[in-house]
Amino acid sequence: MSTVDLSAKIPNNVGLKDDKRLMRALESWQPKFLDWWRETGPTDFNADQIYLRTAIGVGKGGWAHFDYVKMPEYRWGIFLADPVEHRKIHFGDHLGEAAWNEVPGEQRNRLRRLIVTQGDTEPASVEQQRLLGHTAPSIYDLRSLFQVNVEEGRHLWAMVYLLHTYFGADGREEAEALLQRRSGNADHPRILEAFNRPIETWVDFFCFTTFTDRDGKYQLASLAESGFDPLARTTQFMLTEEAYHMQTGENGVGRIIHRTGTLMKEGKDPRKEGALPLEIIQKYVNYWSSGSYDLFGGEDSTNAAEAFAAGLKGRYREGDGIYKDPKALNASYRLAVPEGGHMVEREIPLRRAMNALLLEAYAADCRRIVDRWNRDLKALGVDAQITLPSTRFHRYQGVYANQPFTPSGELIAREEWQKRKDEWLPSDADRKYVASLMKPVYELGKIANWISPPHQGVNDKPWDWEYVKFH
Amino acid sequence: MTDFQTHPDRYRHWRLSFDGPVARLEMAVNPTQTFAPGYELKLNSYDLGVDIELADAVQRIRFEHPEVRVVSVGSALDRVFCAGANIRMLAASSHPFKVNFCKFTNETRLSIEDSSRHSGIRWVAGLNGTTAGGGYELALACDEIYLVDDGNSAVSLPEVPLLGVLPGTGGLTRLVDKRKVRRDHADLFSTLIEGVKARRAQQWNLIDGSWPRSSFAEKVAARARELAQDLPERKAARGIRLAPVAGRAEGNTLAYEYVTLQVEPEKRVATLTVHGPRSKQPRTGAEYEQAGDRAWALQAFRELDDALLQLRFGHETVGVVRVQTRGDADAVLAVEKDLLAQRQHWLVNEIVLHMARVLRRLDLTARSLFAIVDAESCFTGALFEAALACDRIYMLDDAAGKVQVAIGPLANGALPMSHGLTRLQCRFLANPAHAARLALEQPRYDARSADEHGLVSVLADDIDWADTVRMAIEERASLSPDALTGMEASLRFGGPETCDSKIFARLSAWQNWIFTRPNATGDEGALVSYGKPTKARFDWRRT
Repeated sequence: MSTVDLSAKIPNNVGLKDDKRLMRALESWQPKFLDWWRETGPTDFNADQIYLRTAIGVGKGGWAHFDYVKMPEYRWGIFLADPVEHRKIHFGDHLGEAAWNEVPGEQRNRLRRLIVTQGDTEPASVEQQRLLGHTAPSIYDLRSLFQVNVEEGRHLWAMVYLLHTYFGADGREEAEALLQRRSGNADHPRILEAFNRPIETWVDFFCFTTFTDRDGKYQLASLAESGFDPLARTTQFMLTEEAYHMQTGENGVGRIIHRTGTLMKEGKDPRKEGALPLEIIQKYVNYWSSGSYDLFGGEDSTNAAEAFAAGLKGRYREGDGIYKDPKALNASYRLAVPEGGHMVEREIPLRRAMNALLLEAYAADCRRIVDRWNRDLKALGVDAQITLPSTRFHRYQGVYANQPFTPSGELIAREEWQKRKDEWLPSDADRKYVASLMKPVYELGKIANWISPPHQGVNDKPWDWEYVKFH
Repeated sequence: MTDFQTHPDRYRHWRLSFDGPVARLEMAVNPTQTFAPGYELKLNSYDLGVDIELADAVQRIRFEHPEVRVVSVGSALDRVFCAGANIRMLAASSHPFKVNFCKFTNETRLSIEDSSRHSGIRWVAGLNGTTAGGGYELALACDEIYLVDDGNSAVSLPEVPLLGVLPGTGGLTRLVDKRKVRRDHADLFSTLIEGVKARRAQQWNLIDGSWPRSSFAEKVAARARELAQDLPERKAARGIRLAPVAGRAEGNTLAYEYVTLQVEPEKRVATLTVHGPRSKQPRTGAEYEQAGDRAWALQAFRELDDALLQLRFGHETVGVVRVQTRGDADAVLAVEKDLLAQRQHWLVNEIVLHMARVLRRLDLTARSLFAIVDAESCFTGALFEAALACDRIYMLDDAAGKVQVAIGPLANGALPMSHGLTRLQCRFLANPAHAARLALEQPRYDARSADEHGLVSVLADDIDWADTVRMAIEERASLSPDALTGMEASLRFGGPETCDSKIFARLSAWQNWIFTRPNATGDEGALVSYGKPTKARFDWRRT
């Protein structure tokens, strides 16, 4: 296993102390990162002691260490999964060739773009969530938020490491630009649209971590297959951390549903009790899942085909050998597309459908989450369900962009969509209602009325433990 | 038949609006309204249909809106200016169509630059987002280019690294010749698929400035207004209306009022006939405004323009064009004298500039052009310019001396070729004094004198005439079309070059070559492979 240098200014397992050039570059970027954190991170909590997990290694067990830390003093580090000896590229045109340890010249720009696009989402989500600390439903949840925030920060470090190490002056320039763009800023927006939407409430936050971070998982997973070995190893380790964020989301939404279900079972009106009616939860699920579908890009995409062909982005779990044809050359993909008010089937080469395939895997995963929520509702004896909207619903990217589909994927007239969209997506009134519930609960052992407490706490502590010590 | 006639009311891809001296031309390409089936015009990418509308808009701004001083070109799409020519469309098109499409888009861009140079209209491109390939080439045709600075939007010419071809609308030439971008910067820029963002784009002079997103639209509008204020106002100018130019198709003949295009497909020969004025023509600027698009000097040349486009796009195999004229030589000369005398009038100026553009379109038509000066001909003035545009001039040597040609008052610089010379200067490169004398004295010659003064390629008496002409045409039509295209383009433009002429020279040489090479359009070529699951494979040998 690789050695982790924890005593260094920047903890790492990439032998930073022996690479003076890279160390200088990263050490000069570090203060700018901290400035960014102080300016756009969860600013008002910088002085508080938070019980946080810090990555200290990449091994299966014991990779994380828990302790109180002030967030600006968090030890953001660079960790790559351990290398596999003699790794071969296992898909695309370079099938069977040795994986690259340096960036191949012809792939340089495409690879840089992939890394910048991925990297841009990491600080973006911290910016989107920066004010949520003021309305946390419990101390436990407050800690979860900050854990997500610092780890997104670490993911930014991971991408910046790649940019600094492999892309020279251009890479350094892009690394700076990652700190200059701002979520929702009219002049310097983040690259992807879902990362410019504000995350105003905790309901948004839990939906975001369920659906949007899960897109992150799938993007990272496809990059973890990459023929460019440093990228594969970086993203493999990021996936370990990302799993926590999705847990936060799934449990969060699950706890909201559980609270609502409990009230319904007791014959109470959730709204009167200051909780969330199921139909509002459904609308938030619709909004954030459809926004996350867009992050997969066009279903029919030459870019995706090229990234696959070049060995840069594989299919989900490509390395597990679950696909018959690792070149994906001979098959095609049937895509239903709207044409003149009807759906027609179009056949496209499989390689062009890589985004669609990844989206399919993602949607199946989301469906499993929704099923778990529904099982809980059923166990409570509530006769209602949450459904995951069709991947055609409410899209701004891809073949279904700006087309009037219902959540069940049925093409309808535009006027009808306009008329009914408030049934499906949060209306202004819904948002206002949800916002009205967002009152901080910072007393130990207490929790907001619209959400159930978690089953367990963090690191074997009880859920109502003092995870945050205010200064 | 391709319909090159349109009107702002029928635009599907552009929005044209006017606010005093500023016109706003917004690209809003409808993805489904394509010129041919099989592709979608995503992200403001364009095809011939889109460019026909742009050409129409440029023309209408010049003739219908003389009050316009500044045209602000932008996009109605969010974060996208224009993604360039549609690649699927190009990959699916025949070679002749591709080249003719590029040529047409070039001529439209040159018309933009022509209006800046000669009509006092300034063009401002406001690039609100992604600007790639032909999109950036459109911007390059404008006087000023502004790019939104949002840390993401870039200008790019990705043709070489992405498609294995060249930017087809003069992009490379305009970089180094027009904007004088340093050659190594141009080299870096032209091999970078993702392009260059605002800061570096400005350092390299790829753009003139940048503004943040929130103020971008407002700043571009302010710059347009500011430019308009600095330009002289056109007082009391009232535009004219351009009605569609309608050619009547009957069998293989396309007949307009003054122009006829007659095709003999089996011989691969066409006859293009232009008729002189048939009625009393306006004499002053005011009378021209009154006559509008019915004035001969405008209508006949609009018809000729359309006929040339029909020839290029509709009759790919026609190799030789017999260029004929009919009508009253004195009437033509009278029109031209008035045009020259009234040139300071905005409309007269536009008409002369238009005649010049149409004649340049003739110069740039890749068919063998033979002027046939026969007994009924009327090769006078601008119509004789058409003869001078031809590769050869055949003249009937009649005993009576009735067959004549005449140089007109516009020959002395009003109708320049794309490399800046008059057709007389180009013809007599070895003897500039002779060219100057002819332009100044504007003589009328019978066949013998015309020949003596170097204005005739082949002189034939009435016994030989029919056979000489027939054999020459048949022989010409049998030669390799590719070799002829190259030869004619080489011979037609002797002398110096300009940015305009270089664009076409490189189009017909390099782009023609690259487009047909397997590395671009072979089964595994880069253009063909674009969007396909497989990667391009190159023949690595350099020439």
